[in-house]
Amino acid sequence: MIRVALPFHLQKLAKVEGEVQLEVAAPVTQRSILDALEARYPVLRGTIRDHVTQKRRAFVRFFACEQDLSHDPPDTPLPDAIATGAESFVVLGAMAGG
Amino acid sequence: MSAVRLLVGTRKGAFVLTSDGKREQWKVSGPHFAGWEIYHLKGSPVDPNRIYASQSSGWFGQMIQRSEDGGKTWEPVGNEFAYDGVPGTHQWYDGTQHPWEFKRVWHLEPSLTDPDIVYAGAEDAALFRTGDGGKTWQELPGLRAAKGNLWQPGAGGMCLHTILLDLSQPNRIFVAISAAGAFRSDDAGQTWRPINRGLKSEQIPDPDAEVGHCVHRIAMHSSRPGILLMQKHWDVMRSENAGDSWSEVSGNLPSDFGFPIDVHAHEPETIYVVPIKSDSEHFPPDGKLRVYRSRTGGNEWEALTNGLPQSDCYVNVLRDAMCVDSLDKCGVYFGTTGGQVYASADAGDTWNPIVRDLPAILSVEAQTLS
Repeated sequence: MIRVALPFHLQKLAKVEGEVQLEVAAPVTQRSILDALEARYPVLRGTIRDHVTQKRRAFVRFFACEQDLSHDPPDTPLPDAIATGAESFVVLGAMAGG
Repeated sequence: MSAVRLLVGTRKGAFVLTSDGKREQWKVSGPHFAGWEIYHLKGSPVDPNRIYASQSSGWFGQMIQRSEDGGKTWEPVGNEFAYDGVPGTHQWYDGTQHPWEFKRVWHLEPSLTDPDIVYAGAEDAALFRTGDGGKTWQELPGLRAAKGNLWQPGAGGMCLHTILLDLSQPNRIFVAISAAGAFRSDDAGQTWRPINRGLKSEQIPDPDAEVGHCVHRIAMHSSRPGILLMQKHWDVMRSENAGDSWSEVSGNLPSDFGFPIDVHAHEPETIYVVPIKSDSEHFPPDGKLRVYRSRTGGNEWEALTNGLPQSDCYVNVLRDAMCVDSLDKCGVYFGTTGGQVYASADAGDTWNPIVRDLPAILSVEAQTLS
């Protein structure tokens, strides 16, 4: 099972608490995780990536295994620790000062 | 027993304020959607418990929420706002052409006759319509064909912020866009034309250009739908012919700048504005928060100050943050960027704060309930 950590506001929209667990077929990529996430929680469509372009929204970030994967191509296989569920795939809002 | 419900959108959530018809004691509910920007909420005129809300975030984009119980509970509906076809380009700050990009919904205007039909005014400026209660949204692209390539964003963004519907002419729609101007459709939104003749904006290259004016708000009284009132970036304007031409009615106002404008529920020639000092400071002249009322359709204005702060007040009142109820006497309400909602239960003669410390207020809408 893939573990996905969502930020507070997206947890509220999806009506979940804590991490979400998803079945994702190999190869596990950003795109396959987000496809599975949006299929389970349609309310999240458009909140993480653009409806039309499917690109990551500018102030959303993807972290995993102590790496910022936000700028990786969406079809790049993710680290094995994500695919095995040992580590969670973290979706978060970028830091903003002020 | 009559009652009033105020729908308040703020930078950090929505609030629902309710009172009986005396409008003396208010109950505050919220924040709903805490932490999100709520640009606007509005109820259906034919089903007041059906309320739509525009919820947005710089991080997570646009949501539309719908309530069926007067704002007690909410469910998200459709949030896909795709421009029709190839979006095309508009004028950018540096004079180049820039692609249309959806950012948020500024204003929601439910149909006067069908609770499932709602119009949404977007940034970058476009008009969307739903016919299924918000599940899906379709652009009315004819609007952007009205010289959209010449529209350009103001400092606040290129937003469609005003939508007026005319019950006596169901196919007529007015919209206003910053900074493009006012537009009218007489065929239910299929085709549009600019209605900016008579507007003068000295700070644009052609002061009386067909498009390019920074219109801040338009108001209309339902009993006289051909008469429009406008607060522009500079000047308060009036049209007697559904926008075909405009004349200035700023009269003795202390500033020609401001954002909201509204009309008394029962007196079509009684108008309210909130003058703001210049376009550079954006706070009330002399630190005095004053609503100005004209009982003559413009030109002659009186300051309404009773109950409003008359020293050291430096808040702003944004374009969607003033409204009226339809009780007798007419209630008038406005919210400030300082988080106060002020109410007058006597058409503006006296004012009291309902709440003082909400987040910065973006919009206030009144529902008169029976």
